[in-house]
Amino acid sequence: MLTTSQSPVYVAHSLDEALTLRAAHPEAMPLAGGTDVMVFIEAGAIDPPGFIDLWAARDMAGVADADGGLWIGALTTYTDLERDDRVVKAAPALVEAARTVGAKQIQNRGTLGGNIANASPAGDTLPVLMALDAEVEVASKARGARRIPIDTLYTGYRKLAVAPDELITRVFLPTPHPADVQHFRKVGTRLAQAISKVVFGARVRLEGGKVTDARVAFGSVAATPVRCPKVEAALVGRAPDPAAAGHLLDDIAPIDDVRSTADYRRTVAVRTLRSFISSLA
Amino acid sequence: MHIGRDIVRIDGHAKVTGAARYVDDVRPDDCLYAATVRSTIAHGRIVSIDQDPAFDWSDVTLATAKDVPGENVVALMTDDQPVLADGVVRHVAEPVALVAAPTRDKALAAVRHVRVTYAPLDPLFDPEASEGSATRIFGEDNVFSRITIDHGDARGALAAGGTVIEGTYRVGLQEQLYIEPQGMIAIPRADGGMTLFGSMQCPYYIVKALTRVLGHDKLNVVQAATGGGFGGKEEYPSMVAAHAATLAVKTGKPVKLIYRRDEDLRATTKRHPAIMHYRTAVDPDTGKLLAADIRLLFDGGAYNTLSPVVLSRGVIHAMGPYACPNVRVEGRMVATHTPPNGAFRGFGAPQVMFAAERHMDRIARTLGRDPLELRRINLYRDGDVTPTGQRLHDVGGAEVVERAMAACEAPLPPSMHGTRPGGGGSAGRRAPGRGVAIAWHGCGFTGNGEAALKGKADVALEGDRVVVYTASTDIGQGTDTIFPSIVADVLGIDVERVRNADHDTGLVPDSGPTVASRTAMVVGQVVKRGAEKLLDALRAEVGGGPDDSFDALRAKRKTDAPLRVQSQYEDQGAIWDATTYQGEAYPTYGWSCVVVDLDVDLDTGEVLYRRLVQATDVGKALNPVLCSGQLEGGALQGLGYATCEEVVLDDQHGMINNRLTNYIIPTSLDAPEMVTELVEIPFEFGPFGAKGIGEIPHDVPAAAVAQAIEAAAGVVLDVLPMTPERVMTALEAKGPGRDA
Amino acid sequence: MKIDFELNGQAVSVEAAPMARLLDVLREDLRATGSKEGCGEGECGACTVLIEGRAVNACLVPTVQVAGHKVLTVEGLAQDDRLHPVQTAFLKYGGAQCGICTPGFLVAAAELLAEHPSPTRLQVREALAGNLCRCTGYQKIVDAVVAALSGEVEPAGAPGDADLDRASRTC
Repeated sequence: MLTTSQSPVYVAHSLDEALTLRAAHPEAMPLAGGTDVMVFIEAGAIDPPGFIDLWAARDMAGVADADGGLWIGALTTYTDLERDDRVVKAAPALVEAARTVGAKQIQNRGTLGGNIANASPAGDTLPVLMALDAEVEVASKARGARRIPIDTLYTGYRKLAVAPDELITRVFLPTPHPADVQHFRKVGTRLAQAISKVVFGARVRLEGGKVTDARVAFGSVAATPVRCPKVEAALVGRAPDPAAAGHLLDDIAPIDDVRSTADYRRTVAVRTLRSFISSLA
Repeated sequence: MHIGRDIVRIDGHAKVTGAARYVDDVRPDDCLYAATVRSTIAHGRIVSIDQDPAFDWSDVTLATAKDVPGENVVALMTDDQPVLADGVVRHVAEPVALVAAPTRDKALAAVRHVRVTYAPLDPLFDPEASEGSATRIFGEDNVFSRITIDHGDARGALAAGGTVIEGTYRVGLQEQLYIEPQGMIAIPRADGGMTLFGSMQCPYYIVKALTRVLGHDKLNVVQAATGGGFGGKEEYPSMVAAHAATLAVKTGKPVKLIYRRDEDLRATTKRHPAIMHYRTAVDPDTGKLLAADIRLLFDGGAYNTLSPVVLSRGVIHAMGPYACPNVRVEGRMVATHTPPNGAFRGFGAPQVMFAAERHMDRIARTLGRDPLELRRINLYRDGDVTPTGQRLHDVGGAEVVERAMAACEAPLPPSMHGTRPGGGGSAGRRAPGRGVAIAWHGCGFTGNGEAALKGKADVALEGDRVVVYTASTDIGQGTDTIFPSIVADVLGIDVERVRNADHDTGLVPDSGPTVASRTAMVVGQVVKRGAEKLLDALRAEVGGGPDDSFDALRAKRKTDAPLRVQSQYEDQGAIWDATTYQGEAYPTYGWSCVVVDLDVDLDTGEVLYRRLVQATDVGKALNPVLCSGQLEGGALQGLGYATCEEVVLDDQHGMINNRLTNYIIPTSLDAPEMVTELVEIPFEFGPFGAKGIGEIPHDVPAAAVAQAIEAAAGVVLDVLPMTPERVMTALEAKGPGRDA
Repeated sequence: MKIDFELNGQAVSVEAAPMARLLDVLREDLRATGSKEGCGEGECGACTVLIEGRAVNACLVPTVQVAGHKVLTVEGLAQDDRLHPVQTAFLKYGGAQCGICTPGFLVAAAELLAEHPSPTRLQVREALAGNLCRCTGYQKIVDAVVAALSGEVEPAGAPGDADLDRASRTC
């Protein structure tokens, strides 16, 4: 360990307590399963003056069927997602993404809300959530809850449109259309315990041999996870056309880093997307 | 009988219950925690080392070069590497100062409050520019060592005819990545001496180094349970021990120094990178090798460590397991301002064997021959002569090939890659390929090394039990099970009654280091002779007959006093000339054939392993489970070397992917199913016929992978690692649409 | 702060910083050193423990989060000196070499055994992918876990004297 954090921890036992603590300690960092926060502390990257521990707020975990879709609590772990029949049926791509996060030990502890809040451009569930038109509910003690479409949540590298007194409370997934095809692809550094070099989620509605609706979102290819409007526009209104993948280069802006290169990310993003589109035909 | 059976490892129970004591599990009373201040630049003068006045130093001890109690040198082959940099730093992460504090947190905090000021000097990073550079790192010309082997007339034969084929092959750094980081505790003894307890392969290396660091030899070195080594704990622990001991002398208290993973990755030795140029002449009609002219350049880094020995193994193995009448190999090991490279399983052989096998593929491609057929044509047979002029015997080459090829006729295990999460499902495009490569590996020390060292082992009767005293550590490979099994079989008793003594230099003689595929084969034979001598001594003591059992003899004893005998390596009269590099380079060789089945993902360049078959001539499998377990572990390190393990360096040649998140070793999902065939062609002087097996599994998996990638996707890679980025670059160069 | 939890069936109470890593509390405060540190960032799995039956990396768990919970480490796998089937299987199949990763693998395998009656080899590989091993190539670990799950390996008896000698070795 670099050094043990001596900062105070405010333990929330319910969502209501969590919001109260958040209002009282806006400087404190929310803490869920710890799988990112503890790594950052270990690396010496952060040293917050306090933490709000959400782990005991069990009413923030779990899946509920309501409002024409599924509500998934922010404290729901990846393992919980994998084991919930409703999520498996409505969002198979999300379940697939959950199974690629770290490995068992991380999936048992990491949470959907944590993945959203961590705001990594490589966050594995984020492109899928974008493809599924997810909305993120945030709430504060003072102003109550509001819903943010996930593709407007990220305003810059690791920046979220969330106020200092707000917490991510749950995620809404609308019920998918029967003609929707979901897809998840992760190209990581290895087959488990891997950070994505390229990751994407897609949802394509195929009716009468034509694409009538499309969502494509990529991670690890820009400062934030990104929707790909040019690709989506090129897909809709015709039979699945692999050439639409060529528009991807207008939607993404990858960089070189310690894990891969911009060239590789561009090439692989286009190739994997093209193969997905080809598989629809 | 125990030999040849799967005796459960004697340290197994402690390991599966969590009771085994690794260095970080031990905390002596009053122990201080140490941490290391390291250079942030590759090359420069140290202007000053200051303590931040704002920090509370009241319970912290700082040590710099002047605090090293004896000589400021880590004694190994040459005396070029200091314990703590004195005046100049020669690589990033070089130890500059040490701190000790009552808690680990405080020690780590203190490191961040030591201010070292440097006057930077020009660094030299390019090994091709090293020799003779005006930037001097080592000796007169920056060359740590230079070795030439001349056999026949290579250049004459190359000019004389045949098809001449030329290729250059490059390999990068590789990290050993033992899962337990380096660690040592120095404990001042009541008699003024020092005990070193820690994670290590070679206790007597530390005795040698610390005798000079402390300025006296009142010390003993004790191996803790050791969480893997792979060469990484051959020489480096001497540095860790020197640091802990320096602080223990200064504070008078026990000092514990455990490396953080990021520090371990950034500071410790790695496998040498190499640039290898091959030029060969081949008879186009017969496929026979006629001549080879090979030039090897290894990057040793900033200090010599064991680099000349690595180069030695590299030049001797450079031709691969193939007969060739005219061979010239020129090897150079040069200095750069990179953290020093050192021992790693295979020790120069995996580098050259990748080149040799890729070059065979190049020849096959050029001549339009099947790569395996070309190998069979040229493979060594009994009686063939190597480039050092050694006539070979006990050659297992042909047999391992036949056994491996037979084993891979079984159907492949089901592929998970189409169904794995995130793998693309039916949208994934994957191409299958198979590659075959063949290794030879010299067992034990090179040349007359064993004869010069004369490794010792003691075997003692103590009560009704027998104790084996050696410095040969168990680092997971099973020494603490193998030696008792050998002794039990010689004495005809149950292995439960035999154990290895703790590997404590206060108790055990110098058996030589635990390296070079030598422990079971060489020290095991010394131990076997020791058991025989014990039996003789017991018989002589009680006047017993030749047919009396060990226990019958023991029952006749009139004393309970321990009976201890010493055995020593017996020279087999090997002839070796270290100046010409001619003679019997090794007492014997291991042989191995590796067949890799894989898929190349055509959209991502990922290599997805299906199965690895290896057939290896082990002489005699002393304990088949331990034997095949080592072979499988070595093979997976070889696959990591092939495709995923890449050390990324910054502009000061410090490792920037120095976390397990970013230095990528295979997980259980990345690893293939393995089939391991044990071939037994006995070695006359090995215990029960055993040959060394520790290193050979790492030698050619990478070459087999390269051939399989070529078969799958039609791209040729002559560089390691073959990362998805490199595979994709090659696929792209082929042009879109032609890779399916 | 004072944090109470259950370790291997025993109630324990520690005085620790709430953000102290569970791994440090286990190893340093409670001297339960069976769980190992290989990386400190949840990659190697050598510190795997079960919290309420689920495998987690103890290096990533702030101790405040185990208050009131059940923690099981490798030291708690054997019951009344009888080894857990995965421990026996590791001995028989050669699943342990250097042993530093072994406690984490055993605990992860114990979770699998409790939750999955008959996994395929691939499912075993997926379940153990959070544990890095550098000695075995995983083949014998997978063999051992498959054998333990199939019920082929029975719990073994108490260790022999030789094992206890080794287990008690200290500096």
